[in-house]
Amino acid sequence: MNATIRWVRGGGLSTLLLLLPLLLVFSYFAWFPIGRAVVMSFQETNLVTDPAWVGLDNFRRVLEDPLFWTSVRNTLYFTGLALLFGYPVPLLLAVVMSELRRGKGLYSALAYLPVVVPPVVAVLLWRFFYDASQTGVFNTIFGWIGLGPFAWIQDASTAMPSLVLQATWANAGATVLIYLAALTGVRGDLYDAAEVDGAGLWRKIWHVTLPQLRGVLLITLILQVIATFQVFTEPYLMTNGGPQNATVTVLLQIYNYAFRFGDFGAATALSVLLALFLAAMSAVYFRLTRSWSTT
Amino acid sequence: MSDTVKDDVRVTAPAPAAPAPAGPGRPRRPAADAGAERGILSGFDWGRAGTRWGMRVAQGLVLVLLAVASLGPLLWLARASVSTTQDTLRTPMAFWPSGLDWANLSTAWNQAQISHYFTNTVWVALGSWCVQLLIATTGGYVLAVLRPRYAPVVTAAVLATLFIPGVVVLVPLFLTVLDLPVVNASLLNTYWAVWLPAGANAFNVLLVKRFMDGLPRDVYEAARMDGAGPFRMLWSVALPMSKPILGVVSIFAFLNAWKDFLWPQIVLPEPTLQPLSVRLPLIRDTVELDVFLAALLISMALPIVIFLVFQRLFLRGAGLGGAVKG
Repeated sequence: MNATIRWVRGGGLSTLLLLLPLLLVFSYFAWFPIGRAVVMSFQETNLVTDPAWVGLDNFRRVLEDPLFWTSVRNTLYFTGLALLFGYPVPLLLAVVMSELRRGKGLYSALAYLPVVVPPVVAVLLWRFFYDASQTGVFNTIFGWIGLGPFAWIQDASTAMPSLVLQATWANAGATVLIYLAALTGVRGDLYDAAEVDGAGLWRKIWHVTLPQLRGVLLITLILQVIATFQVFTEPYLMTNGGPQNATVTVLLQIYNYAFRFGDFGAATALSVLLALFLAAMSAVYFRLTRSWSTT
Repeated sequence: MSDTVKDDVRVTAPAPAAPAPAGPGRPRRPAADAGAERGILSGFDWGRAGTRWGMRVAQGLVLVLLAVASLGPLLWLARASVSTTQDTLRTPMAFWPSGLDWANLSTAWNQAQISHYFTNTVWVALGSWCVQLLIATTGGYVLAVLRPRYAPVVTAAVLATLFIPGVVVLVPLFLTVLDLPVVNASLLNTYWAVWLPAGANAFNVLLVKRFMDGLPRDVYEAARMDGAGPFRMLWSVALPMSKPILGVVSIFAFLNAWKDFLWPQIVLPEPTLQPLSVRLPLIRDTVELDVFLAALLISMALPIVIFLVFQRLFLRGAGLGGAVKG
């Protein structure tokens, strides 16, 4: 009793009151749903009757779905292409931009502009650009140099690269700014030292700039992989998984399970599988690169 | 006195994020600042005509590339939204062969009811911003400044959510919103369903917490000596000193709410409540192409205006955001 009064007098109660919004919102909308996801993946949930335990049935159903491996393959393909397009280009841009003596603000603003465009607007706009007819926007441009017309998102083989191209356009600017911020932290005396040893431009980039950016490069790589594994808006709005399921991604599968077929159990089971996979991959990644990043 | 404190704050503002990924950069910070004058090329390199011109050509090329790639699609949209459908379909790269069609914009705004969905989006974004700011400031303040005994546990629990991919909670979060435990209310088809989950943003809380961690503790001690309670100290001391980070949090809270698509689409099935991002894919097939493109232009206008106005905040925050979230 006395202890309670002392706690209140000492500001304990007002502290708790101030923390209450955070505790409530995180309990309801973060901590509880995370726990519930694990539970739900072992249950059959519909909105009418009480959930029933079904063991591994949900996981079995997800893994036996013929679209499962298709979606995994497509997601890996998307991630791989996104890294191929979206990893080296921002680095190159940032290195060139970091050497600017003036106008850096203009370059940064231009690079970042697509990032502020709402994804839905960008995807719907690009969907129109990808019009497969002779008079589509991109086909008109390629027509000037005698190429095309291409089918873009209407052909199973070019649909995914088209999606990745759009996603790269929308996101590369953010990565450029991260690299740019990291580049300003590279110590000038390292370049001085390299010059004393007779290093030219390329050797300075290879032996000073890149090693100094190693930490940032490692982090952005894994974050980019995690983000691209959860790609949804592009395949959903651009192609809705087609043509011939060429752009069905794991997240699209989850969405369809839950909100098209009402199979909440399968949806959470697949979500949990994806989360476990991402966690395992991150752990392995940090393990493999630990010695490399701290030296 | 208060001016010096403010200046200190501004100097330390980017510090919480910058050293985090850089790792070895931290202890040698003063050296980094001293050496930051130069880039990869030395003054001597710049003096050589070959290198100088090579670099200038590279920078010119990058500028052209950025302008075409970033501005190009947006300018095309601006042009198309005042063109006729026929022009856009037949000659997408020509400049108004049959004249300007300004009526598209007003048709989209009025007949296609974009004005209505625009207002909805403003509501969604403003509410999300309020909730996020409330949670981030109160939470960050308690965890960084008041530091009750259980603070490390709460911080760890908040931090942990950062490592859980958003997908995992999508379905359970939806069921939670349908039927809130304990209070047994449904938030479906109310803006609270978007606003409140937006508040559970660990990134914001940790950004504010880290920033307040970096503020000088003696200011709080002085305020406490003067008899300020925890609420007064938050309002009159911590918040005014945290303006730089609150600006960054605000801008991204508003913009991300404006950009959000999947979550509002799930919890706002009622068409009259939906924001632009949910509505645009649905009206694509119901309105004429030129009006639709005008609607797209209107939907991206406000974010771009905000970006141009608050450019410096954005460009500073983007480096911050990437350091933790990507």
